[in-house]
Amino acid sequence: MNSAKIEYNIGYIDEQTKRMIRRVMLKAVAIPGFQVPFASREVPLPRGWGTGGVQLTASLIGKSDVLKVIDQGSDDTTNAVSIRKFFHRVSSVETTTDTTQATLIQTRHRIPETPLQEGQIMVYQVPLPEPLRFLEPRETETRQLHALNEYGLMYVKLYEDIAKYGHIAKTYDYPVIVNGRYLMAPSPTPSFDNPKLHQSPALHLYGAGREKRIYAIPPYTDVESLGFEDYPFEPQAFEEPCAICGSTGVYLDQIITDDKGGALYVCSDSDYCANKFAQLSKEGEGVSE
Amino acid sequence: MYVAVKGGEKAIANAHALLAKEGRGNPAVPRVEADAIASQLPVLTSRVMNEGSLYDRELAGRAIIQCQGDVVEAITLVRAYRTTLPRFGYSEPIDTSALPPQRRISATFKDVPGGQQLGATFDYTHRLLTEPTEADISIENGGADTAHVDQPRITDILGSAALLEPDHEEPWSDPEPADITREPAEYPMSRAARLQGLARGDEGFLLALGYSTQRGFGNTHPFAGEIRVGEVMVEFDAPELGFAVPLGRIEVTECQMVNQFMGSHDKPAQFTRGYGLVFGRAERKAMSMSLVDRALRADEFDEQSDAPAQDEEFVLSHADCVQAAGFVEHLKLPHYVDFQAELHLVRKLQQEFGEQHADEQEVDQ
Repeated sequence: MNSAKIEYNIGYIDEQTKRMIRRVMLKAVAIPGFQVPFASREVPLPRGWGTGGVQLTASLIGKSDVLKVIDQGSDDTTNAVSIRKFFHRVSSVETTTDTTQATLIQTRHRIPETPLQEGQIMVYQVPLPEPLRFLEPRETETRQLHALNEYGLMYVKLYEDIAKYGHIAKTYDYPVIVNGRYLMAPSPTPSFDNPKLHQSPALHLYGAGREKRIYAIPPYTDVESLGFEDYPFEPQAFEEPCAICGSTGVYLDQIITDDKGGALYVCSDSDYCANKFAQLSKEGEGVSE
Repeated sequence: MYVAVKGGEKAIANAHALLAKEGRGNPAVPRVEADAIASQLPVLTSRVMNEGSLYDRELAGRAIIQCQGDVVEAITLVRAYRTTLPRFGYSEPIDTSALPPQRRISATFKDVPGGQQLGATFDYTHRLLTEPTEADISIENGGADTAHVDQPRITDILGSAALLEPDHEEPWSDPEPADITREPAEYPMSRAARLQGLARGDEGFLLALGYSTQRGFGNTHPFAGEIRVGEVMVEFDAPELGFAVPLGRIEVTECQMVNQFMGSHDKPAQFTRGYGLVFGRAERKAMSMSLVDRALRADEFDEQSDAPAQDEEFVLSHADCVQAAGFVEHLKLPHYVDFQAELHLVRKLQQEFGEQHADEQEVDQ
């Protein structure tokens, strides 16, 4: 059997699909926080592994773009490597690990520690775009709740947390209100990252491939994490500094060092950590000279 | 000093090399070729074509080999290729009553116009492991020559006597069908969209749901009205030509379930139906599909609807094996950022619990 050679378009996705996705993105930007349905395509990754983010990136990416891909804050985690290689293979675009150099940053679960700038686009891989999903499993219902601006369910859930635990027990995918109107799931980034969304100079695009939804936070938009006057939103805070670069006020990963409870805490953002560490070493050399 | 785990790139490359080695198996055994899969494992090939929504035996065969027999993975491959193909239009509706059936049975009548034809089936085989021999494939002609006999669909026979609901309401505008691969799902779906979702739905999931309707979770009193397998012509009406041109033949399996309906205040008692149509030989899938299709029509007949198989959003949003497998398996991806956030919370809760307990003990003393 003679196998025909298969060739793919630049960026893998065909141009018609890219145009469709761009239109959806424009609508998403026009209605901040609103989940716009889109005809999500298959991509050569399994569903749930970033197919939404990949479609957004594939539709956005151009020759002048510099792409950074992170997963859990790091450029070197396996899925980030896999997606970066995929785009290099199908679009031969320049890639980087440096947050400041990137024009497009595809991410899963983190927002970089280095402040984002105007003109940068964050692309999030979203597993469950609907913030009300675990309170109401039906899409037909949740869409109505959004239409009616009826978010009582979520407030009751947060209130119940307080009644039961004394504080809100939501640690990631912490719900936000975007532009004073739509309740939005910021994807499973830790609530630590939520404040970075408020009035951010970058464009934040969220793609849920399996669930077929795209939504957005345009630059300089109000993003308010839910809370109560007496129980305001409280993001995570870490007591110790990073064991490698000494940074404080950053998100840390716990690295288990032995089986006796020993642990180290290091930056989850590997690029940020490496830069700080390099800076430290430089300063250290300066002192020794 | 501990340095965070690095080397994802190298690890991936090595893992893929190992995967390829595993797939090659014993080098002394010849490689399986795609055409061997397509021609000798036609049922497996059909499943990949169905759930991959692409009628191409060769590609399905290639996908099965590339995936080392992992069907869901093969379906994913086929879909990822299919989605890059341009869609240039709709074919004319295929006419399954005109197909010269390779197999055609009805469980509702002992004899039917055109006769029953068993065809290639595992039914009535003894499920004993045997060695295949060339002698097995010689066919004794039973004498009946069905090639030129008209075999009208059972549902058309019942329909003409008004015992069965018609194909569609009259007058019929024949709306353009939905395309669930090009439009996002919105509930409630049209029946055409729903049938597409079922046709590319996971065989095992539909089997279980169909089975559940037989066990009381949304009973639809089904009879296998007719099952037929055969090749049909696909025709395309190219606007610049003004008439339909044949594109080729495809093998399909069609199942029409005939179901009881006791009537409602504005409809008389009548048989209703569930429909299943799939590529290739995939009879179990076609039957399951028609059971679920009928169960999902509960609202149309004012039937009580509280079983899982009757819940459109539940069935259609969980039937796709590519979506389901991907999302379940994504749990393998690192989640340590969120896990860290949860650890934080649990530690805090434990600490608060400890403090509260200590306070209570003090009060007790």
